[in-house]
Amino acid sequence: MLNGISINMYIMLSAVLFIIGAVGVMARRNSIILFMCIELMLNAVNLLLVAFSTLHVDAKGQVFVFFVMAVAAAEVAVGLAILSMIYRNMKTIDIDELSKLKH
Amino acid sequence: MKGLFIISGLGILAMLAEIFKFKKILYPLVLVGILAAYAMTFVDWNPPTDHLSRLDELTASFSNMIRFDQVALAFSGVILVTAFFWFILASHYFENETNITDHFALVLFALVGALMLTSFSNMTTLFLGVEILSIPMYVLAASRKKDIASNEAGFKYLIMGSFASGFLLFGIALVYGATGTFDLGGISHYISNSHGDVPAFFYAGVIMMLIALCFKVSAAPFHFWAPDVYEGSPTVITALMSTVVKTAAFAALMRLFNVGFHHIGDVWGQIMAVVIGLSLVISNITAASQQSVKRMLAYSSISHAAFMLMGVLANKNGFDSISSILYYSLAYSVGSIASFTVLYNVSKDNNGHIEAFNGLSKRNPFLAVCMVVALLSLAGIPVTAGFFAKYFIFTTLIGTPYKWLLGVAVVTSAIGAYYYFKVLIAMYFKPAISTEPVKVEMSHTVLLIITTLFTLAIGIVPGYIIGIFK
Repeated sequence: MLNGISINMYIMLSAVLFIIGAVGVMARRNSIILFMCIELMLNAVNLLLVAFSTLHVDAKGQVFVFFVMAVAAAEVAVGLAILSMIYRNMKTIDIDELSKLKH
Repeated sequence: MKGLFIISGLGILAMLAEIFKFKKILYPLVLVGILAAYAMTFVDWNPPTDHLSRLDELTASFSNMIRFDQVALAFSGVILVTAFFWFILASHYFENETNITDHFALVLFALVGALMLTSFSNMTTLFLGVEILSIPMYVLAASRKKDIASNEAGFKYLIMGSFASGFLLFGIALVYGATGTFDLGGISHYISNSHGDVPAFFYAGVIMMLIALCFKVSAAPFHFWAPDVYEGSPTVITALMSTVVKTAAFAALMRLFNVGFHHIGDVWGQIMAVVIGLSLVISNITAASQQSVKRMLAYSSISHAAFMLMGVLANKNGFDSISSILYYSLAYSVGSIASFTVLYNVSKDNNGHIEAFNGLSKRNPFLAVCMVVALLSLAGIPVTAGFFAKYFIFTTLIGTPYKWLLGVAVVTSAIGAYYYFKVLIAMYFKPAISTEPVKVEMSHTVLLIITTLFTLAIGIVPGYIIGIFK
């Protein structure tokens, strides 16, 4: 129990946020929104880590959150650089247009 | 441990080379540095203790975050040898590009991530290793700035990679929630003490981590990004992805599941068996219809991933088959480097269509012979290393409940032989599109001679590598 709320509720909330993010990655076509959905997935993880960290009275989980944030920032930096390169070559960021490599 | 420091130092040095203007000597410096790091794996190799404690009781570093035991050192050795071969293959890549020091730094930092993945003993270092390996690879995949195919490959790799990282992290969070620790030994201890009384979300976490790592090793049904990314990336970067990245991801998967989660082998074993079966069938059948050799090699790497997963699966109650996975990854990496070197020389225009191989035996008999040995090894034909690699994996799997996978593997390997032979037939029996001989660099000739002899040598005396942990 954290603040009178059962830990299962925290797990539910982060699972729902995670699934919204995951479905967004698969369903949305705009590349920027894709990045936002991935951020949503990672933030669901952060929420879960902080909840468990408080439950176990253990700081390791919160330290892990810092690693996740730093890595997410690095990933988005690389992602936006690639995206701006794509925009320069193709004048669009719609991922349906990115189909030069077919199965 | 020392090897990790040397490679990190080289990466920093590569970034300084631009400022202090020693770009010219950077390439030989990197080659020497990688060899030095490789030599350090021998220096760190402790005399073996008894069989089971090998993974548990050797020196740990950085508050037990990293543990360079013999298994880690052996896989680091494979990665460093492959990286050395790769740098010889990629010498041109570093000459033609403008920002060469950046490329050096990216590859070296990816290697740091790969070495971390062989040696982690905490889920924090697992996550950091995966990301340190992946982020430079996203940049390298997209490194042909003007080429839309390369842009697309980098973007797809990035989206799929971060999607998989999300799963990995959610899995880590759930496992942490159940066990209260990120330490692999702690998790293993928790599972063995709980006697089955663990919350359901713990199993969900384990399965999410399995899915994430299957994404990273590109096993079906999580493989769909791999052919596109392999085809769109520059050929040398594809060679790096299918050797170093793959070996590192396998070392990580093996360490996580065979050390951390081996007490619940029955839970993830079923799922892994299904993943292996699907990978074997899908990859070999799809590869047979490919017209691009590069894409065919991508599908073939999925089928090799399935074979290495078999080793992990056979391992689920002990550590007996580690040396067979090691042998497989070495045989596969060397064979891949050789075939990508030939592909790079034959098809300079980056698409690797099979027609480029027509009549290669007339245009350059040496390249054709090397390609034959490499492909026979990848197909698993006797005398080459690839045959023994498959053989050792099969013998470890025979004593487990997953014998049915052997039947699937044998049938799909027969299909696999078809597409490897398609290239051989093109080289020896099809008329050449031009009679102009294919020129090969001196360094590539030496590399091909070494890799070909190596493939034959470890095929003739496999005992040296199989007996490495004894």
